Amino acid sequence: MKSVVKQEFLALNGDEAVAYAAKQADVDVVAAYPVTPQTIIVEKFSEYVANGEVETEFVCTESEHSAMTACITASATGARTFTATAAPGLALMHEMLFVASGCRAPVVMAVANRALSAPINIHGDHSDTMAERDSGWIQIYAENAQEAYDSIIQAFKIAENPKILLPVIVGLDGFTLSHTLENVQVLPGDVIKKFVGTRQFPFITGHEGKTVSFKLDPENPLTIGPLALQDYYFEFKRQQEDAMKNALKTIRQVHDEYAQISGRNYGDGLVDPYYLEDAEMAIICLGSTAGTVKTVVNNLRAEGVKAGMLRIRTFRPLPVEGILKALEKVKAVAVMDRCMSFGGCGGPVFHEIRHALYDALAHPYVVNYIYGLGGRDTSPSQIREIYKDLQRILQAQRVEDPIKYVGLRE
Amino acid sequence: MFSEWRFTAKDIAQKPDLFTSGHRACAGCAPATVLRLVMKAVRGPTIVTNATGCMEVVSTIYPYTSWAIPWIHTAFENAGANASGIEAAIKVLQKKGRIKDGQIDVIAFAGDGGTYDIGIQALSGAVERGHDFLYVLYDNEAYMNTGIQRSGGTPLGAATTTSPAGTVIPGKLQYKKPIADIMVAHEMPYVATASPHYWRDLITKARKGIEVNGPAFLHVFAPCPRGWRSDPSKSIELSRLAVETCIFPLWEAINGEYQLSAPSKVMALSPQKKKPVKEYLQVQGRFRHLFTPKFEKMLEEIQRLTDERWDRLLKRCGLTQPAKTA
Repeated sequence: MKSVVKQEFLALNGDEAVAYAAKQADVDVVAAYPVTPQTIIVEKFSEYVANGEVETEFVCTESEHSAMTACITASATGARTFTATAAPGLALMHEMLFVASGCRAPVVMAVANRALSAPINIHGDHSDTMAERDSGWIQIYAENAQEAYDSIIQAFKIAENPKILLPVIVGLDGFTLSHTLENVQVLPGDVIKKFVGTRQFPFITGHEGKTVSFKLDPENPLTIGPLALQDYYFEFKRQQEDAMKNALKTIRQVHDEYAQISGRNYGDGLVDPYYLEDAEMAIICLGSTAGTVKTVVNNLRAEGVKAGMLRIRTFRPLPVEGILKALEKVKAVAVMDRCMSFGGCGGPVFHEIRHALYDALAHPYVVNYIYGLGGRDTSPSQIREIYKDLQRILQAQRVEDPIKYVGLRE
Repeated sequence: MFSEWRFTAKDIAQKPDLFTSGHRACAGCAPATVLRLVMKAVRGPTIVTNATGCMEVVSTIYPYTSWAIPWIHTAFENAGANASGIEAAIKVLQKKGRIKDGQIDVIAFAGDGGTYDIGIQALSGAVERGHDFLYVLYDNEAYMNTGIQRSGGTPLGAATTTSPAGTVIPGKLQYKKPIADIMVAHEMPYVATASPHYWRDLITKARKGIEVNGPAFLHVFAPCPRGWRSDPSKSIELSRLAVETCIFPLWEAINGEYQLSAPSKVMALSPQKKKPVKEYLQVQGRFRHLFTPKFEKMLEEIQRLTDERWDRLLKRCGLTQPAKTA
């Protein structure tokens, strides 16, 4: 696909690409707190503020809990809001993540994915965002800095859609993406500004039956974040689920619309298949690992092996239909989890994929590979080993060990 | 720094309630009175935020609300951060012309648990950043919403469900944290204490807190009959006794300069008018155990502490009596 507008190449790491996207999206309020490996994002944004390159109130809070809180209330007041964090900060925000989605505050947050303590570790894995998968946030995982840039821009348009009104996390693997320099193509500022547009508000029934915009407005007072008890709480939650389901369509639409101007697409915006049309076996993964897997798939294809890959770009809402369709012809699937669910049945992505496949007409073999915790590198040869395992499973027609660990001292 | 806003009881009575009746507060709830009085002080468009607590719970049971102004609650420990986000949004949206120009005030309400304990970090951060808002602490001296657990604001000797008066321990063993002094130490422009018995003083201080540029902190004494085991008809009387015994003196610190407010000045100028703390303590069930032989020493300690803090305050206000010669 060709871009319809002239784009500029900038040498940016993932964090810088995210900050650049937030700047172009004309955010009103950024409330944030520094934490590795996200810090470059808030540093960069502070520079934009200091140099007058943005019209943004930057609230440098005393904790991530307050950062998320300020984002929620700023968003409720009508501001486009952005923040960024990583593992310990995200964990500290945990309580407020549910409040953000429950208050229907369309906050956009970049998470430079990082391992959770203890032992303390600043490097990349998905433990942090996986622990928040049920917090009511849309979750998009980027494969590279380019996609991190593109996804942040799309995230505002998805989150603020009056039919969605849900907060969005864009995950980028700590250090692998956050700190690695790439040639990132950026669209002109005016094009982005037009694409994202100004924030729209849904109309709701307010005090005394009056129809008002859903925000804190002295002329049309609303009570936001009330106490809802046994008689109403459940309905609030069900509405969030409906919005999540609607988001499947909106994420695709926004992705396609953006592809029209940028010339870049990531599958359909939900799932990104690679050589799956005739693949017998496939690896499913999230984030930057997909790049390594693609290299291995290329090599295997050159050797005549029918290998493929499915990258889950949008993990929440989970695009079940897209996943089932993409895996229709695949006979053996290896799900890669960069996170553990202690005492559970494999990692979180494995849970969900195997669960979704239960309804598939033809059940492929599905096995789990836990990898890369605490930033441990995963090499092409290790990925190749996984495909070899899948080949063995297909030959033997049975799975011996459904949950394995990659590159781990046992 | 402040306007010459003056009001009469009639003005206040005629001003529409922004915190309206119909809420589910208990009989004799002073916090509800405090909220109503503070809301009488607003000067124009105002956005209110509430920490989790009694006042949030009683005033917004969906689908009802007692708030005739825009209001938001997010959680317990973050009233300061709530206000920060609202204030930042107003500033930038006005700069960008997305909302109408003109003053929009921000008021945050929180109880003692949400201020002394779990919320002090967010409050301290918001004040350090200099956001323009009024923070109102309604202090009923324990976690009343969850059933009377002790907080950093619970006074010495008070029985709560987590500092019960047992056979060996006479209620809370620790002192009440001097929260308003801690806020003065932030070098913020306006800090004051108030009591609903002195409603004119309270409303005036709330108005000053709203008018001042930058953060303001108003610490309001707010009896809770359920938690204090006191007669619901005596809440306002207790609000007076706390001032007359100098357990809760009324003062202002404008740019760090302490000055005693009129109701407390009475005791400063005529020390014989200062009542013994016993008069205040004996009408509350939470201090009942102190009036038994076993624990009566605690009464002396409470009197000693009250006098010590009162003397320190007088010094800060430049009202010390000349030192007696030996």
